[in-house]
Amino acid sequence: MSPATESPELLVRPRRSLYQKHERLIVGGVAVAAVIGAWQAFWSSGRISPLFFTGPSAVATRFVEEWTHGKLKSDLAYSGANFAIGVSLAIAAGVVLGIIIGWYRRVSMVCEPFLSALYATPRVALIPLILIWFGIGMWSKVFIVFINAFFPVLINTIGGVKAVDADLVRAARAYCASDWQLFTTVVVPGAVPFILTGVRQAVALGLIGVVVGEMFGGSEGIGYMVNYGGQTFQTDTVFLGVAIIACAGIVLTSLAEQLERRFSRWRPER
Amino acid sequence: MPKLAVEHLTKRYHVERDERHVLALSDVSLAVADGEFMAIVGPSGCGKTTLLNIAAGLLPYDEGRVAIDGRQVTGPGVDRAVVFQHASLLPWRTIAGNIRYGMELQKRFEAKVMAERTDRFVRMVGLQGFERHYPSELSGGMQQRVNLARALAADPAVLLMDEPFAALDAQTRELMQAELLKIWSQARKTVLFITHQIDEAVYLADRVAVMSARPGRIKEVFPIPFERPRPLRLKRDPRFLDIEDAVWRLVEEQDDVAGN
Repeated sequence: MSPATESPELLVRPRRSLYQKHERLIVGGVAVAAVIGAWQAFWSSGRISPLFFTGPSAVATRFVEEWTHGKLKSDLAYSGANFAIGVSLAIAAGVVLGIIIGWYRRVSMVCEPFLSALYATPRVALIPLILIWFGIGMWSKVFIVFINAFFPVLINTIGGVKAVDADLVRAARAYCASDWQLFTTVVVPGAVPFILTGVRQAVALGLIGVVVGEMFGGSEGIGYMVNYGGQTFQTDTVFLGVAIIACAGIVLTSLAEQLERRFSRWRPER
Repeated sequence: MPKLAVEHLTKRYHVERDERHVLALSDVSLAVADGEFMAIVGPSGCGKTTLLNIAAGLLPYDEGRVAIDGRQVTGPGVDRAVVFQHASLLPWRTIAGNIRYGMELQKRFEAKVMAERTDRFVRMVGLQGFERHYPSELSGGMQQRVNLARALAADPAVLLMDEPFAALDAQTRELMQAELLKIWSQARKTVLFITHQIDEAVYLADRVAVMSARPGRIKEVFPIPFERPRPLRLKRDPRFLDIEDAVWRLVEEQDDVAGN
């Protein structure tokens, strides 16, 4: 972006401003297009077996087929619902518990050993237990998403509450703030940037949860689609599933990032 | 009856590490009259901030009594407002929102009155045009103006100020001192002003109390005879320098005792 790196032909006004405005998007887009193009060319040359690999055109064809005739739409809705419910519950529970644990020292002493143990356990290890409890239906998936997304929200909220500025607490107390006023005007707003960092991580981990959860039993969802495609050597289907998950990840994470930025407007500029 | 009365106040801090008590304040007595500007100076660690925090109701005390209008202080109250050493502004609130904040917590005024008072005190501290800015966009001196406006807007009977200009550069500090006197002459609050800057105390106050350290005690109270309004050049007046010198000698003398 600095003037020193501009080549002279880019100094023509309209081209320059358009390119400079979207430099990141254009360079990134060109790179992605080049890779997909090379991949397509390699695939079209027919030198690799469709059993092990696939090409962009084949994935696109499979997408259209699945969208019009297959059950892709219902799979998407199923996975989307599992994700949305699980992540929402995780955020709600994580924020409320995080504030309580972060603020009350005794509660934190009681909860900490359990939380550390649970946090240190890879969540995948709990999946068989979750299946025993919730069956292979929708609620086991929701719970797997929940347990994946819950911890980042909880841990970040606790951190945010503990990092609350003691000077601000003292000022609020000096002006006769009640506990409730202290929570709503100092503790929670102060923790918001931390909470949103937790939400961003929760979205990423929740996405993993939904895919992994659907791979363990059940017969619906994008995770199931990938797993089933793999077991039946439908490489196109596997790639399509992975592409959908990747896109969802990019979109959801950038939404969470925007939310994070929106709420840290008051922070000093760095 | 004095507005703010401190009688035989004693405060001990418990030191957990070696299971002993530190005497922060020992038998401190002080009476601040209604509308009086009282400054307290003393070396760091003499307990002057502890005294202010007790008066604010933010710290419990062991013996003696602190009262406002004869009513004993048992906690923070709407009759007091504190101007802190660090501006302590909510970074996610605008300047207007921060000036409102004290009133909002104390719930003494209706929304309409709060809006009027916010407006009035924004102007009084000279921050019109910055109402919708955030604290991080303001200089240290401007942030302290907001800190002061927040306290004044809450309409306290007693204003407690804890080294409010200590973190400012010398030039800004002088300007803020003059500004504070101008504002105080309009608002006429009872003020307890803590500082370690002797010229600041002598310039601002009606009386200056000198504290000694370990244990914190009031050593002497100097009346300051200068008429108001006081221009900044008063600080270079020989009579001013004489009083400043006398206060200095007392503070220094204690430091020697504490050092030995």
